[in-house]
Amino acid sequence: MNATVIGKPIKRREDERFLRGQGRYVDDLRFPGETHAYFLRSPHAHARIRSIDTSAALAAPGVLAVFTGEDLKADNVGSLPCGWLITDVNGEPMKEPPHPPLAQGKVRYVGDHVAVVIAESYLQAKDAAELIEVDYEELPAVTETARALAPDAPKVHDEFADNCCYVWEIGDKAATDTAFERAKHITRLELVNNRLIPNAIEPRAAIALYSPGEDRYTLYTTSQNPHVIRLLMCAFVLGLPEHKVRVVAPDVGGGFGSKIFHYAEEAVLTWASRKVGRPIRWTAERSEAFLSDAHGRDHVTTAELALDEQGQFLGMRVRTTANLGAYLSTFSTCVPTILYATLLAGQYKTPHIHCQVTGVFTHTAPVDAYRGAGRPEATYVVERLVEQAARELGLSPSEIRRRNFIPKEAFPYSTPVGLTYDTGDYEATLNRAEELADVAGFAQRRQEAAKRGKLRGLGYATYIEACGLAPSQIAGSLGARAGLYESGEVRLHPTGKVTVFTGSHSHGQGHETTFAQVVADRLGVPIEDVEIVHGDTDRVPFGMGTYGSRSIAVGGAALMKALDKIIDKSKKIAAHMLEAAEADIEFDNGVFRVVGTDRQVTIGEVAFAAYVPHNYPLEEIEPGLNETAFYDPSNFTYPAGSYICEVEIDPETGKVEIASFTAVDDFGNVINPMIVEGQVHGGLAQGIGQALLENCVYDPDSGQLVTGSYMDYTMPRADDLPSFQIDMHGTPCTHNPLGVKGCGAAGAIGAPAAVMNAVLDALRPLGVTHLDMPATPHRVWQAIQQAKQQQAA
Amino acid sequence: MYAFNYHRPDSLEAAIGLLRTCEDGLFLAGGQTLLQSLRQRLAQPSDLIDLGALPELSGIRREGDQLVIGAMTRHAEVAASDLVRQSIPALAALAAGIGDAQVRNMGTLGGSIANNDPAADYPAGVLGLGATVVTSERELAADEFFTGMFETALEPGELIREVRFPIPRRAGYVKFAQPASRYALVGVMVAESAAGVRVAVTGAGPCVFRVPAMEQALAQDFQPQALDGIEVPADELNDDLHASAEYRAHLVGVLARRAVKAALAGL
Amino acid sequence: MKVSMTVNGRPVEAEVDPRTTLVEFLRKHLNLTGTHVGCDTGQCGACTVHLNDRAVKSCSVLVGQAQGAAVTTIEGIAEDGGLHPVQAAFREHHGLQCGFCTPGMVMMAIDLLRNDPAPSEATIRQQLQGNLCRCTGYHNIVKAIQAAAATMAATEPAPTQMKEQLA
Repeated sequence: MNATVIGKPIKRREDERFLRGQGRYVDDLRFPGETHAYFLRSPHAHARIRSIDTSAALAAPGVLAVFTGEDLKADNVGSLPCGWLITDVNGEPMKEPPHPPLAQGKVRYVGDHVAVVIAESYLQAKDAAELIEVDYEELPAVTETARALAPDAPKVHDEFADNCCYVWEIGDKAATDTAFERAKHITRLELVNNRLIPNAIEPRAAIALYSPGEDRYTLYTTSQNPHVIRLLMCAFVLGLPEHKVRVVAPDVGGGFGSKIFHYAEEAVLTWASRKVGRPIRWTAERSEAFLSDAHGRDHVTTAELALDEQGQFLGMRVRTTANLGAYLSTFSTCVPTILYATLLAGQYKTPHIHCQVTGVFTHTAPVDAYRGAGRPEATYVVERLVEQAARELGLSPSEIRRRNFIPKEAFPYSTPVGLTYDTGDYEATLNRAEELADVAGFAQRRQEAAKRGKLRGLGYATYIEACGLAPSQIAGSLGARAGLYESGEVRLHPTGKVTVFTGSHSHGQGHETTFAQVVADRLGVPIEDVEIVHGDTDRVPFGMGTYGSRSIAVGGAALMKALDKIIDKSKKIAAHMLEAAEADIEFDNGVFRVVGTDRQVTIGEVAFAAYVPHNYPLEEIEPGLNETAFYDPSNFTYPAGSYICEVEIDPETGKVEIASFTAVDDFGNVINPMIVEGQVHGGLAQGIGQALLENCVYDPDSGQLVTGSYMDYTMPRADDLPSFQIDMHGTPCTHNPLGVKGCGAAGAIGAPAAVMNAVLDALRPLGVTHLDMPATPHRVWQAIQQAKQQQAA
Repeated sequence: MYAFNYHRPDSLEAAIGLLRTCEDGLFLAGGQTLLQSLRQRLAQPSDLIDLGALPELSGIRREGDQLVIGAMTRHAEVAASDLVRQSIPALAALAAGIGDAQVRNMGTLGGSIANNDPAADYPAGVLGLGATVVTSERELAADEFFTGMFETALEPGELIREVRFPIPRRAGYVKFAQPASRYALVGVMVAESAAGVRVAVTGAGPCVFRVPAMEQALAQDFQPQALDGIEVPADELNDDLHASAEYRAHLVGVLARRAVKAALAGL
Repeated sequence: MKVSMTVNGRPVEAEVDPRTTLVEFLRKHLNLTGTHVGCDTGQCGACTVHLNDRAVKSCSVLVGQAQGAAVTTIEGIAEDGGLHPVQAAFREHHGLQCGFCTPGMVMMAIDLLRNDPAPSEATIRQQLQGNLCRCTGYHNIVKAIQAAAATMAATEPAPTQMKEQLA
């Protein structure tokens, strides 16, 4: 490897345009003749649509069209598909209700799409939407996860017997039950994993254009995976030929999962662009984003850990009810199953694990992947249990973990929940975290805080993540309805400059820099000579996109394969140019050389020869230097880490402050440590946000979203967070060419449990033993009051 | 936003005249609350009368034992004013904690108190310091100005010109922010002057209110512990997602003690 | 109605609907799309610009309120093709990821440093209350602003030096 680019904190190449205000986000694009769409959304959580009268809206100034679900139906527009089939324990497929892009007959959550108005200006469209008369018959609704299966719960979909989408399980139940019978100690917790709203700062947006001359559609959309959107929209919703549709995701202002999914607006705009005959643009207002972006998490769980007298884990039993919302979003079904329960082994050699997950429908926005997607929920269950068990057994949080870690000599290690971890060194990351966090000095800091009337606590969490989604065959056997490989194309131009096309998509991750580092290193060309192209179905061969920390592990590996092909072909060309045998050509740092001689050609000269083949073995090799590769991983990658959080609580107000946060991660090899650290920071902020601040709340009676704006949904702000202490200890991944594991979700996975364990550690002297996220001042204060009352009684 | 007519008069008389002649007009001060209400279509005025071109409504001056602040004076100006910091540091601190930096650069004293948001900071400052609100028509004591949730004694067409704050011997303002909006979940202004002690609470109830029991106790002994055992009844306090009425009642006590401490420290 | 103001040093004039907010005016009428809109309650700060040299949220200002004012946006802070020291520090310290909140952050940071040339970490965090970032966890934004403060202190000539240079 070329040590000057790989592993170096190269400054980001995309920054210049963002810092100058020259980014090209969807809402920044302008097209001649464009019109504006406004979506009328349901004000009710559950209602029958008796009738919709659009005549007044149609007559309003500037209005070009008004469409409802009936118009889509008449045009045979299909249902927004779900990409993952979960099979019920009874062997039946999950319940899969239709998800029309505009409601038909019923609305099922506040914010459900009812109609779209297209007008000359946005204000005209919005004004006209107020003139649409919808006659609703309001119906009772259920929004709470734990109440969805109550006998009296209103049904979300009339065609099913109840609100159960599936009951799914993993692990050996009998063996796990036996382990519990042998246990000396059982730790049991009831946990709520709070519902979150992703809140990328760029709201979703889309612009659709139809070109009658070419009979071609173009959709600009805020997507993490434009090819997937094109595929789903063409094949399942609109029935359009895929080659007649171009989907572009230009600069995208953050995703965190919420921009993976195929949303109603994308399909409706694309469909309507042909009807209206002019470009149509739409940008969500933030309040629409709160209502209609897919939400995250929302589990209710009972978890038990069986231990022997030494604190060794014997078994784990988990029962989770997961809220899927009113309709099945693109990946919704696999998040609380495949991406959750398979991670319940954590970093531990727990021999028997059984988990049962019930996915339920409610009258709420669809729930789908949000940063970490299932893995934060799993880590939260495991790490709350482990720390609680340590308390109950009188072991330190460090000691109980060390007694149960999978030792580093045990890799590859197969867990009882279906995964095989390739590498790791959990002791090493924990050692480093304890050192960085100065755990030894904690007792003194706690005393000092007590003198100031403050409660100080220390909490641990270790996590494992399965990312680099995914071996397609495994994913397919688990219900995935698509492959999960990635593509990469490398094009050397005649002048030796390089354009790279990747199916990964950057929406903050810095691929334009990291991927260029990979290419510059492998080809030995200056990084300035490499351009990364992503996010355009007309330019990139294919792509599954960016989510689940998969870009470098899968997209990067695809690039490496394409680069190998480039070098293989170049060697043949170089051999011809140097009049040597191909076997005698070595390649290093951009130069092809005949082994043991000073005869050489540069890769630029080879590229020129390939495009100007005057002296070229045309009978053996095609001209040109352009290679494409698809890479399908053989296993997931397994980033892991140890996090330690220290908090200080004001017992008078209940306010929790993060005094320090230490994260030591194993991401395998790291291409750009600056970017990787940035990913950790962001993940930590979201994880701390979940633990202390963020909570999506629906009113249980009305089904209205109570936390529908930044006035009530608490986003982490700069003064809610500390600066973080971060380090890495990498054990390279064994099965991809870069030895990388992925880093995008880590912080959000490990942080919630570390924070909550610290909060409970601080409150334990007051008699508080349990608290659900988020640990807001109000909740902490209430917990303290309850503990006081219990102790007084 | 719904459609409206926009006016930017260059005299006070014109501003008042415009409001009187239009159907359902509103004065626009800094607009930091009003603009968002308009954007979310929560308000539908026929006319907006922008007070931004009336420099006579801005400014901070001392008149004898009073600090006089013009209605259009921005929060940031109050927070940064040496005159305010020297004469009523608690008021400067209050202004420095309103909203966020950008809001403080636009938001105004007059706009804040005319809106009388139950969780705004300025009403506690005005009531706690026993200020007088000077309008285009008359002078209103703080005790009669704030009449209910988003309600004041202002008559239609009446415009706030300035607020006169008597300079107290000492005062302190402490707020506990609602985590999401950063408005006051509870905010308490405590002020001691020759006229006695005043304790004003914002955020906790539907409208800013005084706590006579605390005032009496502090008049006897201006120390935090003087408030021990004094409880504000939770019955009429706000109860919402972010805080129960009981928690708010508790916070009133905690913050009142901290405000006294701040007053004693001269902060 | 008709409005006129100076934007990034250039006089502009336009006929607009009175409902137009300053950010809409910048983005739609002047095509200055660097200023972004991230919310509808005036809290995310992505739309922060300078109005008469003070940071404001341009979604919370009607275009009429900016009549006759001097407005500076992210497109107007760099001189001579280079980057403003705050922009440069954000790049150097990886203070941005998706870039969407970045223009607002940079504009707020410049305002912050104008009022307090050597802010503490706590001050920076407190002054950034009105700017949401979902990517960076603010860690590198804070670092970048501290670094920018140091650079600006080092490069800005003290008044006496300036006199000497002029002499």
